[in-house]
Amino acid sequence: MALAKRIIPCLDVDNGRVVKGVNFVDIRDAGDPVEIAKRYDTAGADEITFLDITASHEGRDTTVHMVEKIAAEVFIPLTVGGGIRKVEDIRTMLNAGADKVGINSAAVSNPDFVKAAADRFGSQCIVVAIDAKQVNTPGETPRWEIFTHGGRKGTGIDAIDWAKRMTEYGAGEILLTSMDRDGTKNGFDLALTRAISDAVSVPVIASGGVGNLQHLVDGITEGGADAVLAASIFHFGEYTIPQAKAYMRERGIEVR
Amino acid sequence: MTSQTLAVIDYGMGNLHSVASALSHVAPEIEVQVTSEPEVIARADRVVFPGVGAIGECMKAVRKLGFDHLLRQQVAAGKPVLGVCVGMQALLQRSEESAGVDCIGQLPGQVRFFGRSLTDTAGRALKVPHMGWNKVRHNGHPLWAGIEQDTRFYFVHSYYVDAAEPEQVAATCDYGHTFAAALQRNNLFAVQFHPEKSHTAGLQLLRNFVAWNGQA
Repeated sequence: MALAKRIIPCLDVDNGRVVKGVNFVDIRDAGDPVEIAKRYDTAGADEITFLDITASHEGRDTTVHMVEKIAAEVFIPLTVGGGIRKVEDIRTMLNAGADKVGINSAAVSNPDFVKAAADRFGSQCIVVAIDAKQVNTPGETPRWEIFTHGGRKGTGIDAIDWAKRMTEYGAGEILLTSMDRDGTKNGFDLALTRAISDAVSVPVIASGGVGNLQHLVDGITEGGADAVLAASIFHFGEYTIPQAKAYMRERGIEVR
Repeated sequence: MTSQTLAVIDYGMGNLHSVASALSHVAPEIEVQVTSEPEVIARADRVVFPGVGAIGECMKAVRKLGFDHLLRQQVAAGKPVLGVCVGMQALLQRSEESAGVDCIGQLPGQVRFFGRSLTDTAGRALKVPHMGWNKVRHNGHPLWAGIEQDTRFYFVHSYYVDAAEPEQVAATCDYGHTFAAALQRNNLFAVQFHPEKSHTAGLQLLRNFVAWNGQA
């Protein structure tokens, strides 16, 4: 098997700046997404995910310009998520230079949107982002539900059923975030990752909870993920992309 | 001396600017035009035929604009032509995608679905689309200059090219089975992966294309 497992740094962007800033080893970056994306590209990242958390309309225009600038200088795939609600939003982002778009809340409120998007632009550029939280009581069979609005709003939808349905609707990839693990640095929810990865035929990106390099390995070997997404361990210079790749390679994982 | 021109054919499918910006990046001296004007395409020194999305929609747009005919003319005129991803697939005879579609027919062969139960040699299930960085074995054609064997390129596709003429296969890749990662026929070259998204190696291939005289 020669297809490499992917490492994807994620930039949370608000009004054209990477939130919290990024601290590469010896370089303090004020948070310019273009500069940061270029550095990850040079470091050997396999893709970049750009998560737009801007609320205002003016901010959206800034985001489009940022995506254009990144696409002009970064020659690896770029996924843009956050606020993608209409076919027009997808067209705007693809025209700006995004290769894929992440659809989250809009898929929950209108699942047919995913179908329309895949029919129009092709499944290869439609990533459905799933935020899942474990909802069973201890001792019960594990069960996860879809949450929206940054994990604040439950939907009652079973995460595994949802992932299958979104794949049937044309999602070409699933970006799976554990809301229980996000920001904890305790590692991915491996049971969730494995359950979703086994349930769908499309690639799954594991997200939420990475605190060290072993977590990346576990996401692939135990979680069955095709790609691993992380933000803070790379942003703050705890680990570099080459370190992550070397660590994974030593443990028998194919990386680029 | 007027500068060389390169036309990236725009037929309304997805993002062509990535291809154009990668070409401008590697060859700032040439004029890269993203265009749907037949005259501009006909005048260009080189032509890139990109493509993303479903082949049914692509071929519909290509036929509506008369680009199937135009592309045949460009190839026949001997100018270097590069097909990328669905642009490569559209150059074959027929695709299984979109319930079966007749394509442009510049390269003999079929485009087939990877299938729902693709496995590796150990019997483990493989995800479809084939998405990510995979190794490419090439035949040393001028477009591979400076690119080592087994270099990884970025792929994203659910359908693959089953070439009818083995001597036209310029590179192979393995995913479940071996498939054509690149095809060549005289001044025509086509790749299944996305060179514009394949970092250093992809940019090198584009640089080689811009320098290529159309001879194998």
